[in-house]
Amino acid sequence: MTKVTMTVNGKAVSGEVEGRTLLVSFLREGLGLTGTHVGCDTSQCGACVVHVNGQPAKSCTAFAADLDGASITTIEGMANADGSLGTIQQAFQDHHGLQCGFCTPGMVMSSAALLAENPKPTEMEVRHYLEGNICRCTGYHNIVKAVLAASGQDVSKIAAE
Amino acid sequence: MYAFDFERPKTIAEAVKALGREDAQALGGGQTLIPTLKQRLASPSVLVSLNGIKEMIGVRKEGDTLIIGGATPHAVVAKEAGAYPALAALAGAIGDPAVRNRGTIGGSVANDDPAADYPAAVLASGATVVTNARQIAADDFFQGLFTTALEAGEIITEIRFPIPGKANYQKFQQPASRFALTGVFVAKTAGGVRVAVTGASEDGVFRWTDAEQALSSNFAAGAIAGLKVSDDGMIGDLHGTPAYRAHLVKVLTGRAVSAA
Repeated sequence: MTKVTMTVNGKAVSGEVEGRTLLVSFLREGLGLTGTHVGCDTSQCGACVVHVNGQPAKSCTAFAADLDGASITTIEGMANADGSLGTIQQAFQDHHGLQCGFCTPGMVMSSAALLAENPKPTEMEVRHYLEGNICRCTGYHNIVKAVLAASGQDVSKIAAE
Repeated sequence: MYAFDFERPKTIAEAVKALGREDAQALGGGQTLIPTLKQRLASPSVLVSLNGIKEMIGVRKEGDTLIIGGATPHAVVAKEAGAYPALAALAGAIGDPAVRNRGTIGGSVANDDPAADYPAAVLASGATVVTNARQIAADDFFQGLFTTALEAGEIITEIRFPIPGKANYQKFQQPASRFALTGVFVAKTAGGVRVAVTGASEDGVFRWTDAEQALSSNFAAGAIAGLKVSDDGMIGDLHGTPAYRAHLVKVLTGRAVSAA
């Protein structure tokens, strides 16, 4: 067992992990942060995306022991300080950017990374950036719409397809 | 996954020492190795992460050579390899954004997946793979499917790319995996044109020497019009037949020359 210390959603945490403990297992089982989902467990689907030192990464494909000292943000860290939904989360609700909701944590985390890098993306840029996130309900159109809305762009003219 | 010990050395020397343990395995970004471990296709006794070795991370330019540390993630290469735009573009189109933040150039090149992007760039550029022990020319490095000149416990510390006058990488993407169904990297170097093909051959990345000769005398897409690519030894799977891949090699080479 190895001791790891991280900052998760702004709080210092530590725990004992096995070498093979994945970051997502440490978050879900070690810290009880079950908002991060395991979808495919093969790094294809993106449901497990969290931010590692500000950059999106698939937490099912990283070892907790390899991230000693890292700063992690999960979906639980995306709400406003008063507990209300953050801008991207609110846009997903407003634009029905989720159906079953399973992919949503990863979608929100990837979208947040995109908007940090590119505050006013085009529709194509959003679709391209989210290609590592799979929605099993195939609800992509409203997800893209929500991301564009969260960036402050007018989405009233984007027709449902 | 089977259980294993985990070490995270801070220097190359410590990593080499840790890799001296029996059944030790180096860990780059893990984007291939971790899925492999999950399937129990590998059972190392100890994983030695190279991600904490600061001297192995980063991009720098020395004269006409771009030097990339072995543990540099694809996203960093995409951002910082502006001095070699074709290489930066290649790095920025590997996998997806989350994969690019973890996967490393050294990991990709050491793994030598027959459909990986980086081996095409390394071979076409005539790059030098630098390890903790020696320097290996790209032409000697790749030795077939998932096979390289690396010895057990040897680490790619950096890769040195001579920056070509012109270069371009064309990738026909397999849309589900985002690996290259076939990819062609063309580089116009001082010593002539080099053309490296990934994703196509059952022997892994290779140089298309007929095209190199034709393009060295006339660097234009039309120069390869009369050439034929044999489908002998090409990969055939549900995504494409050997003949389809052979066809792609020529089409993508032409596109790369036009775009270079």
